[in-house]
Amino acid sequence: MTNAPLDNPLLAVRGVTLQYKTKDHLVTATYRVDFDVLRSDRFILLGPSGCGKSTLLKAVGGYMKPIEGEIRLKGEAVTRPGPDRMMVFQEFDQLLPWRTVKENVMFPLRASGRLPRRAAEEKALDYIAKVNLTPFADSFPHTLSGGMKQRVAIARGMAMEPDILLMDEPFAALDALTRRKMQDELLALWEGTRFTVLFVTHSIPEAIKIGSRILLLSPHPGQVKAELDSLPADANAAELSALEQRIHSMLFADAIEEAAITERIIA
Amino acid sequence: MSLVTTGTASRPDIAAPAARPEILREPVASGAFGIVQKPLSARERITNVGAVRKFALLVVIALVWELYARELDNPLLFPTFSATVMAFVKGLFGGDLFTKALTSLRVLLMGYAAGIACAAILTVVAITSRVGTDLLELLTSMFNPLPAIALLPLALIWFGLGAGSIVFVIIHSVLWAVALNTHSGFLAVSNTLRMVGRNYGLRGLPYVARILIPAAFPSILTGLKIGWAFAWRTLIAAELVFGVSSGSGGLGWYIYENKNQLEIPNVFAGLFTVIVIGLIVENVVFRVIEAKTVRKWGLQS
Repeated sequence: MTNAPLDNPLLAVRGVTLQYKTKDHLVTATYRVDFDVLRSDRFILLGPSGCGKSTLLKAVGGYMKPIEGEIRLKGEAVTRPGPDRMMVFQEFDQLLPWRTVKENVMFPLRASGRLPRRAAEEKALDYIAKVNLTPFADSFPHTLSGGMKQRVAIARGMAMEPDILLMDEPFAALDALTRRKMQDELLALWEGTRFTVLFVTHSIPEAIKIGSRILLLSPHPGQVKAELDSLPADANAAELSALEQRIHSMLFADAIEEAAITERIIA
Repeated sequence: MSLVTTGTASRPDIAAPAARPEILREPVASGAFGIVQKPLSARERITNVGAVRKFALLVVIALVWELYARELDNPLLFPTFSATVMAFVKGLFGGDLFTKALTSLRVLLMGYAAGIACAAILTVVAITSRVGTDLLELLTSMFNPLPAIALLPLALIWFGLGAGSIVFVIIHSVLWAVALNTHSGFLAVSNTLRMVGRNYGLRGLPYVARILIPAAFPSILTGLKIGWAFAWRTLIAAELVFGVSSGSGGLGWYIYENKNQLEIPNVFAGLFTVIVIGLIVENVVFRVIEAKTVRKWGLQS
């Protein structure tokens, strides 16, 4: 690696190799991945499908153990899931259907014994207001649209004020218009609270827009290809498309080489 | 080549669409509409209530019964609906139908509650360990097909003539149906919800109680309903066999006794009681539980 490990990162991922078993295969999802996430980073894991970025996020979440390397949060090894790393999933069914919006946001605060009832309710309403869902605080999840459900999930994650918020393609299942709106809202929320977020996506424009730092992974198995700074929000269109092009060519360089070789063989 | 050059597969015989001006409009204010929302008519609203529709069906069934029984004119084989209701009311207020029904219900509830408790223990063990799962699957496939009544002779030897034996066979009939449904409900809980629960740091019993049970509630409720029906069948059958033993005897014994005395309207009144209690439990108790849980949560329409 070119950049030396930082002294005191919030999240340190060192040489992590992840494997999981399917019915008849043992699959290596990532191979010796290193990266550091600093406080208030908007850190993006970007790569094509099959690069193990979601598996990597699950490992940081504590749902699976690396077979090699280690993951440390504030210096302590991650061994199991916990409310210091709140997850926002892609699926709309991540809210508990038997609880209202407010109760859903309150639930982790109460379940982890962090706050008494009254304080939890106050905090929940506070974060529901931040995602503009105050009129729906007493609605049940099945009455909300997909975008609103994701906003509740984000409010729920943020209300816990976790050390790091883990987001697994949270906007991927949304329509294009809603997705853009949600990206803007997420950035506005970040401006307000400066939380740390680890965000998985396969969309290059989304990575550039949301991220402050982008980790590029190559597929089968996932390995670090590059770690780049993203552009500030006021970057102009030319800079944006240049970075997009650069990332695109890095991610698809192998594919292009392969295509060139096949062409040569055919010729 | 032709003059028209739109796209690669240009067709000279079809002209390109003419240029059109942009169209911009302001939406009309909502006051201009005749109707945006209109309440349904009284008739539509009444027929939308399931209870009303079901009650109408009950009236039709009662009417058919009454007409057929009058046509048959043989009160010993098939008494009329009105005669049955008369016998039912008389038995309830004058006779011992009420106390018999109460005796049956008490034994039933004891067996039902104990069966559910056993099922809860078994499924929690099953969901937390692989050996538990194997045990539950094995026991269910062994005992679920076994009719509860077949265990009655054994129960009589173990627990003697009395409520104990009946409670035992009711537990047997409730346990497997509830355990099977609850377990399959647990297995069907979405992986996302499981991960959410663990993300909150929930493990063990709090995890089962606060995530798995509510998420699997539709299946659990189905199991409870099936268990309730099985419990009734077993109870009445068991009482028919030796009902007099359990103190004053229950509904099964009431039916049996009246058959021996050829009081056929009373036999019908006994059966009628079972049906009425069944209707109330299904359409009031379970209906309210459903409305307050799975329907409200959108887990079931």
